[in-house]
Amino acid sequence: MKILIKSGRVIDPANKIDGIMDLLVEDNKISKIARNIKPEADKIIAAENKMVLPGLVDMHVHLREPGREDKETVCSGTQAALRGGVTSLLAMPNTTPAVDSVGHLKILQEAIKKGSRANVFICAAITQDRCGQEINDLTSLKKEGVVAISDDGASVDSDAVMLKAFQRAKEEKLLVICHSEDKELSRQGVVNLGFTSTRLGLRGISAESEYKRVTRDITLAKETGARVHIAHVSCQESVEIISRAKKGGVKVTCETAPHYFAFNEAAVLGYDTNFKMNPPLRSKEDMLAIRKALGDGTIDVIASDHAPHTENEKDIEFERAECGVVGLETELAASITELVGNNLFSWEGLVRAMSLNPSRILGISKGTLSAGADADIIVVDPDKAWVVRKEDFLSKSQNSPFLGRSLKGYVEYTFCQGKVHKWNS
Amino acid sequence: MNWARKDLLGLEELSKEELGLILATAESFKEVSTREIKKVPALRGKTVVNLFYEPSTRTRVSFEVAAKRLSADVINIATETSSVKKGETLIDTGRNIEALKADIIVMRHNFSGAAVMLSRHVSLSVVNAGDGWHEHPTQALLDIFTLKEKLGRIEGLNVSIVGDIAHSRVARSNIWGLTKLGARVTVCAPKLLIPPAIEEMGVNVTQDIDEALKNADAVNVLRMQFERDGETAFPKQLEYFKEFGITMERLKKAKKDIIVMHPGPINRGIEMSSAVADGAHSVILEQVTNGIAVRMAVLFLVAQANEKIKNENTD
Repeated sequence: MKILIKSGRVIDPANKIDGIMDLLVEDNKISKIARNIKPEADKIIAAENKMVLPGLVDMHVHLREPGREDKETVCSGTQAALRGGVTSLLAMPNTTPAVDSVGHLKILQEAIKKGSRANVFICAAITQDRCGQEINDLTSLKKEGVVAISDDGASVDSDAVMLKAFQRAKEEKLLVICHSEDKELSRQGVVNLGFTSTRLGLRGISAESEYKRVTRDITLAKETGARVHIAHVSCQESVEIISRAKKGGVKVTCETAPHYFAFNEAAVLGYDTNFKMNPPLRSKEDMLAIRKALGDGTIDVIASDHAPHTENEKDIEFERAECGVVGLETELAASITELVGNNLFSWEGLVRAMSLNPSRILGISKGTLSAGADADIIVVDPDKAWVVRKEDFLSKSQNSPFLGRSLKGYVEYTFCQGKVHKWNS
Repeated sequence: MNWARKDLLGLEELSKEELGLILATAESFKEVSTREIKKVPALRGKTVVNLFYEPSTRTRVSFEVAAKRLSADVINIATETSSVKKGETLIDTGRNIEALKADIIVMRHNFSGAAVMLSRHVSLSVVNAGDGWHEHPTQALLDIFTLKEKLGRIEGLNVSIVGDIAHSRVARSNIWGLTKLGARVTVCAPKLLIPPAIEEMGVNVTQDIDEALKNADAVNVLRMQFERDGETAFPKQLEYFKEFGITMERLKKAKKDIIVMHPGPINRGIEMSSAVADGAHSVILEQVTNGIAVRMAVLFLVAQANEKIKNENTD
């Protein structure tokens, strides 16, 4: 089977390509990328005025399987991913049971084998049951295919345990992904600490609870030489700390999520729980700092932190509601609208942050359109505006902060390992 | 002007004119409680449900009296253990009350924002009788009503609020209401009981009680809840009284006619001395009386507005 994607604007920063080109897919691989490829194919996709990009790589996704299949499954989550242009994702280990042993890993791998529609990579837990105490058997987990470790949703509080974890990660050449939060400081907070928490009468979460832990995690990475990736960076101080560490030669990378550059704490003022997440939406200054850090490359990656929750867990009193929002189906459009649309990002920058950089950080062979690479490709209409509506989600959950908003940028085709999905609004 | 809101959720969202309308309506209802027969038929045939998720006597009774003086039928639901434990969500509870064809829910809830959330899911009126640390609009309205009655105006007054500002819905509602009506508000408390960025609400902040009393036309003294969750470093009770308690001695240094208010119940010897509570400056019991008029006004206005909204929808 040959499919020719014709005359689109092909962007592939790994190969320094940005221009109107044709792309030929043969079976599950990209076979050729050139100008004016002869239109001899089983199928031709006319891509004039469309962007042809490597499939997105989302390195922060909660698929909820096993354990909370009412929120999401591998099947529904990966369908949502494809719809949003995400062809590869990293599944976080805070499932029930947690991915903290080879036995538990096998459960997830089995579910992926049965239900996955996309390329799912696995992040294992650092400690047993993500309790921050006993470090898991990283040698075996690595051997069985995990590409990173994280206790995401929780931070390993003990400095001693985390030091040991970094040493082990260094030995196993595993990436450590840090949910950097000092719970002693964030306590039972539910919104950003400041005028918003005062105004709403809610407990606040200080920026300090994040950046103090970022400092610790980076210090341990520096001491051990392990690679650290800071998840969901939300505040200006964290950005500054990471920037200094990078300049100082520490092997640190980081990500943010679309809600941290699309919104700020003002969005919470109506107690809408679709704006409740951890870390919380920060101040306007923080939001602007996040945008700037994306622009200058301090923040390497945009990841969704896709966190599906049922209506029963969201449509309740703000303080009781679960933290987190879905993001797979809106992250590309949100980034195009907020970053490319506001000239904070070029298309090339967007592809780096959402595909090439996460691939490199995870050490997976994705994120490019090289001849011979897996045919993970998306065709995007950059100008098409669409309204985010509950009923259009493929995810099992619809807890999106973008509901009702008009976003620009529509994924028309997703190729995943050569398999084509066409999306209609 | 006309009142167009089906709910009263807080004072933050109200305009100066809306605040004025409630106060004026309360003024006309105040006389009802002085009559031989303390009843008007304004809400005859309406059902008011007092839905209280937190123990409360004075606010609940005040709303009940207010509703009855308007001839409404009143049902009290006190779920001190909170129906959350029984498994019913707040929205379900609200919808059930709506299915009973009630007209107004008066709700007290321990979570901030609960009234806002409920109001989005029911078409009957919701009156916030206190939600978490967020707002307690009718308490602030009755405080403001009392002040206006005593001093003839709000604009230009200096009002100090003393006590646990951080955890106080009474403080927040008073700040919004008073500042909108042109008063200058000072909050006074130990540093740890002042919430972050409170200045952005348009108030002055001080830790010095004498400073707070100095030019004040009125001082509103909040109840200290020492039994609270132990999350903040609270001062010891006696220490608090020494540093922040209102005494006759302190009042001597203040304006001669300074008014002392308290939302009750008072901790005598902690927030203020008995001499102050029972003395000439105190308007604490008048506040209780005015609470009825203010709540009558609120119930009346939201019921009337909602009737209009529903009629427009069926037209």
